[in-house]
Amino acid sequence: EEEKVGEEKPEVLSPEELEKLKEEVDERKKLISTLRGKPWPMRKKLLTLRESHEFVEKYEGALGKGKSRKLYAYKVMMLKALMGRPYGSMPRKTVPRADEANAMDFAVLWDFGVITNCLFGYAQYSVLFYGYYNSQRAIGWLKFRMPLSYFLVGVGTVAYSYMVVIRTMARNANEDGGGDNNSFNFSWKMFTSWDYLIGNPETADNKFASITTSFKEAILEEQESRKDDNIHLTRFLRVLANFLVLCCLAGSGYLIYFVVRRSQKFALEGLESHSWWERNEVNMVMSLLGMFCPMLFDVISALENYHPRIALQWQLGRIFALFLGNLYTFIIALMDEINLKREEEEVLKLNMTIWEASLYNGTLGVNSTAPPITVHPADIPRGPCWETMVGQEFVRLIVSDTMTTYITLLIGDFLRAVLVRFLNYCWCWDLEAGFPSYSEFDVSGNVLGLIFNQGMIWMGAFYAPCLPALNVLRLHVSMYLQCWAVMCCNVPQERVFKASGSNNFYMAMLLVILFLSTLPAIYTIVTIPPSFDCGPFSGKSRMFDVIQETLESDFPAWFGKVFSYASNPGLVLPFLLLMVLAIYYLQSTSKSYKQANLELKKKLQTVSRTINKVLTLIQHLLYSLCGTCTDIVCSPESKKKGGEHRAHQGKSNHQIPPSATSPPAPRGHRIPGPLPGNQWQPAPSVQRVPNSQRH
Amino acid sequence: MGTTASQLRKDLLSEYQELTFLTKREIILAHKRFSELLSKEDRNVPTPRVPMEKVLSLPELKSNPFRKRISHVFSTSDMKDGSLTFEDFLDLLSAFSDSATLEIKSHYAFRIFDFDDDGTLDGGDLEKLVNCLTGETDDTRLTTEEMRQLISNILEESDIDKDGTVNLSEFQHVISRSPDFVSSFKIVL
Repeated sequence: EEEKVGEEKPEVLSPEELEKLKEEVDERKKLISTLRGKPWPMRKKLLTLRESHEFVEKYEGALGKGKSRKLYAYKVMMLKALMGRPYGSMPRKTVPRADEANAMDFAVLWDFGVITNCLFGYAQYSVLFYGYYNSQRAIGWLKFRMPLSYFLVGVGTVAYSYMVVIRTMARNANEDGGGDNNSFNFSWKMFTSWDYLIGNPETADNKFASITTSFKEAILEEQESRKDDNIHLTRFLRVLANFLVLCCLAGSGYLIYFVVRRSQKFALEGLESHSWWERNEVNMVMSLLGMFCPMLFDVISALENYHPRIALQWQLGRIFALFLGNLYTFIIALMDEINLKREEEEVLKLNMTIWEASLYNGTLGVNSTAPPITVHPADIPRGPCWETMVGQEFVRLIVSDTMTTYITLLIGDFLRAVLVRFLNYCWCWDLEAGFPSYSEFDVSGNVLGLIFNQGMIWMGAFYAPCLPALNVLRLHVSMYLQCWAVMCCNVPQERVFKASGSNNFYMAMLLVILFLSTLPAIYTIVTIPPSFDCGPFSGKSRMFDVIQETLESDFPAWFGKVFSYASNPGLVLPFLLLMVLAIYYLQSTSKSYKQANLELKKKLQTVSRTINKVLTLIQHLLYSLCGTCTDIVCSPESKKKGGEHRAHQGKSNHQIPPSATSPPAPRGHRIPGPLPGNQWQPAPSVQRVPNSQRH
Repeated sequence: MGTTASQLRKDLLSEYQELTFLTKREIILAHKRFSELLSKEDRNVPTPRVPMEKVLSLPELKSNPFRKRISHVFSTSDMKDGSLTFEDFLDLLSAFSDSATLEIKSHYAFRIFDFDDDGTLDGGDLEKLVNCLTGETDDTRLTTEEMRQLISNILEESDIDKDGTVNLSEFQHVISRSPDFVSSFKIVL
């Protein structure tokens, strides 16, 4: 057939042959494009490539399709370009970077360098805080709706955060494969724990140590999960431990409440008469509690004698409760302050009318007509802007939290490492192995810290719009600082347990915190009327009135009607009910899928075991057949060998190994085919073998 | 300079680029590093081979516990001495490159872990594997009991057909579900 095909006479071939040739050419092209993914030595790949190129060029010309050659070239180029793209996944962002509509004034931000006191100074009127924004409805020639945009950005940020967190959780759940979390624990440790990018001997040693620890821990965990002990004592101790923890939580809640009350008293007496500690007491106490209580919980949990992973989950749960308790106490205290400010505002409004009247009164005497009085804006008494105060409080909280973290890092990690390293030479016991030793890098504690930090940002973002941007800055600094601290002063954790197989545990926590953080903000938006003279919503009776206003003025009339129908409770309630039902339905189907998955896995194991047994049986039969054949036909020596071989049967693992450089049988990932690992091949010692080689 | 071995022909370069997951720049860099490993006499040989000791002296491989196995797996030498030609070296870099597929990585990983080259990972292979991972010193090694427990746990997890060994498909099944494998199985010059 190849001789028949000339350079210019395609009509010599019949259509079927032409078709076949075309198919062959396409196959070759496909082969060329997949060559780099084949585990062959380069020589073989090169030969195949050159052969295939020759074939394709020869017969594409013969097929007379000059165009297709160009198309082919383009296709190859495209494939090359695609292959060149690095393999990997996009980094997933779980923290939304809210991009505020207003430009930031960097000079102002720089002034913010002086931590707490500056907040009450110049920065108060900066773009950082709610109070800066004007309530003018439309700005500039573009008619930019500022109040509306402020509101929508706030709401949009929260909605986007929810979406991102839930999407990440769903993706993690998918990758888990539904219940497969722990299935390959040991195998993964074995096959994937070495990092091939390590080039430094010291790093390699560290890696060896951590791998060994990880193996030992996993083995220990496996053993512990099969132990059984004195259950009554354990239960009693656990109840006791929980009681102690509750006492701790109650104690910390009361402490915060007490401190907040005191700070209110100080505020009434005037802040200047008190020391720095007394002014920042609340934030300091909260940060310190956040630092020491988890250690206390850790000590208490030694009573409980739980499996390490479960103990870790309890620990995280308790820290979570601590954080929530503290934060909500703080918020309640904040509410008190808001009410105070609002009372002040009422008083001020009253005073202002009197003041304005006095201004006019003064000049009317001089001139009978009343020209508009120009008063310098700085002289007008400003209302106490409760929203700015809220923003300030959050910023202070976050700043003090940051400072506490950094100082703890420097003292607890760095100073400790320095002391241990240098005092070790002249100390009685081994400081490095014994008591202080180097601090461990606590993964779960740090992740929790990040999550809580994010919760505080979500809470404060509506009232201090630049808070997320500041947080980005803070996170960058934290990252570099902690990177340095880890490399310089920390040792890897002794017990490497993850709180959950996937990251969904932390994601779930993030989701709960998102929900709990946005609650207070939503509450204040819905119930408390905004200040009368500051912020984008000043003068309105409720902040969300801006939506109403927009609907009325910016949209055509029928839109407003449609909206009012849609927000009718008669429509909304059935819709909510439908959603609840949908959730229930999806939940139950997902449960049934998980169940089916497990069943299939078990079936797979049973089936392969059965097939294995059947094959072994057939092998036995054939060998015995061979044996009898060779007994009759062959010489006594081979009979001996055959007999020996039969005695060796055991695990039926005697197979001529496929040579290490030959390609594996082209088998798809999911096609069962002949059972892997059980390729039946005759033993080398049997001389004459009937035609029974299967492949 | 100016010896023929120090320059890659353009057509070869594009063929190599078509057959590996490396970019042209990476291939040229690989050629440069490979030439540095060659001794003076070898440079003029048509297809020079670098002996295994020299390959293992590369900083990227020096600290790797599997370096000897890597050399052996990618070597096409008839004497099975782990020596690499430039093409073997390219195969190595391609399998360990960032853009290589999971299938190719898992295939080669399997061969690297198969210490006795019999096509399956049996208890002996796994034991040697663990010993490689736990380092050279005695106090980091596992005890016999721990080793036995570990190997039986692994086989319980990965050996689907219960024949006492892990073959290529079982290995690929386990590896494909691992989140860390592709990112850790990487070597970049």
